[in-house]
Amino acid sequence: MTGGYAAGTRARNNVRIGCGAGFSGDRIEPAVTLAEKGELDYLVFECLAERTIAMAVRTRLKHEEGGYDPLLAERLGAVLPAAVRNGVRIISNMGAANPIAAARRAAEIARKLGLGPLKIAAVSGDDVLRQLRAQDRPLLDAPGSVWQWPGELISANAYLGAEPIVEALEQEADIVLTGRAADPSLFLAPLVHEFGWSWDDWGSLGRGTVIGHLLECAGQITGGYFADPGVKDIEGLAELGFPFAEVACDGTAVLRKVAGTGGAITLATCKEQLLYELHDPTQYITPDVVADFSSVRFEQLGRDAVRVSGGGGKAKPEKLKVSVGYKEGFVGEGQITYAGPGAVERGRLALAIVKQRLSRLGKEILDLRLELIGLDSVDGNANGARAPREVRVRVAARIQTQEGAALVGREVEALYTNGPAGGGGATQSIKPVIAVVSTLVDRAQVRPTLHWEGVE
Amino acid sequence: MILRDLAHTRSGDKGDTSNISVIAFRQEDYELLRKEVTAERVKKALGAMVLGVVERYELPELGALNFVLHRALAGGVTRSLALDMHGKCLASLLLSMEISSKS
Repeated sequence: MTGGYAAGTRARNNVRIGCGAGFSGDRIEPAVTLAEKGELDYLVFECLAERTIAMAVRTRLKHEEGGYDPLLAERLGAVLPAAVRNGVRIISNMGAANPIAAARRAAEIARKLGLGPLKIAAVSGDDVLRQLRAQDRPLLDAPGSVWQWPGELISANAYLGAEPIVEALEQEADIVLTGRAADPSLFLAPLVHEFGWSWDDWGSLGRGTVIGHLLECAGQITGGYFADPGVKDIEGLAELGFPFAEVACDGTAVLRKVAGTGGAITLATCKEQLLYELHDPTQYITPDVVADFSSVRFEQLGRDAVRVSGGGGKAKPEKLKVSVGYKEGFVGEGQITYAGPGAVERGRLALAIVKQRLSRLGKEILDLRLELIGLDSVDGNANGARAPREVRVRVAARIQTQEGAALVGREVEALYTNGPAGGGGATQSIKPVIAVVSTLVDRAQVRPTLHWEGVE
Repeated sequence: MILRDLAHTRSGDKGDTSNISVIAFRQEDYELLRKEVTAERVKKALGAMVLGVVERYELPELGALNFVLHRALAGGVTRSLALDMHGKCLASLLLSMEISSKS
């Protein structure tokens, strides 16, 4: 295989890394803007949530070439022309449950677009289902063990760190596609590769992890998930731009976005994102390092430019976290709206009727939720003192069988002609439940492996 | 005065655990937040939604508090029957907490 566009790149003092997606369904245009105008070295797409990989494993069971991110083709098709033109290397966990098939698909897309030569690496080895089937382990976040959890065990994916990605970059991969990898590791890897940080330089690895954590949710640091009119106003949300970091070899960075895009990078957006999904700020655990976020500092340098410094780390954990997925029945759901005077009372009557009608399912119902959207569906403590002009009845139940789950929506729909006055707009849905819990495995049991696809 | 007058908040989720950051708009209000927004008050404000304990971490340099709410997501994103399975709205609900400036 000939070298791709990454061939011959050299170590430097400054690296620009952008984030092109913060979740699997994220907008595509901001990544194209970053690839075109960000003057980036790397563009990272974080597309894999805890539950997503278990769903992807199910897809792969049905189709051998499936199980990678459903938007992979669309995303890479949109971004690759500018990325190749500008020498921007791509790293993503869009490989999901099938990184090797994802790499083959990526190569196909590049060929179709007439792009190349390209080197594409797939990182596999996160799948540890075989290991967990052979040996039981205690759960991390729930009582009992992997084998004791109710439901059918269908997936087990260990969180890989930055190491295999760095190896791929060292072998001049233009695109690296992983399955389950820790989100910040996708960003830490190019920093380790470019700056030559050693794997026991915990301070640098910690600071790189802070930068990865700040970038990994894309628009959440540029004003998305932030605006609150009159209190926290953000301009141009419809054209929200995604962030990039200009990282120096000491692990400090300046967070920016492409000029002319919507949103804002301020001290407030940075602080919110630093603390997002954080527990103990001194112990942010990844496969690479236990990072310390408590000493991170922000300084506003100018419009949409915030300098991040501080942060540190200590030795990486001995074991790797594993997300374990189980099939656990189905969720059936139905909704219907009531309005005008007495809407709340009619809504409550509707809930009581459906509850009674579903009671014939008996023990098949594993969990049941009855609520009024607009009154108490999100605020579980609402006492109903207010009387909204409209409420939406919502009934959701987790049920062992698909047939049982289907009954939930049907009983809600039946309220049209068999329930209180004026029920409108009934909807129903059924979806399979994939429960995800966590356990730990020894690093020795996880063997990351690289596979290559070439485009001539 | 309510919390929204002094601070902004964001929720995150990991399994059945939620975290809510509370960040002072002005650094000088941090001490007041530290006194008023205790783990006990957060647990009480969210009531029946939080089944487990609430822990608080202090980040004085950022003017921020971080609350970790155990067993607060109806079993976790993947199994929860809640409409807001991630608990994204929890941080907004907390903003109505009454703050007494006398403390």
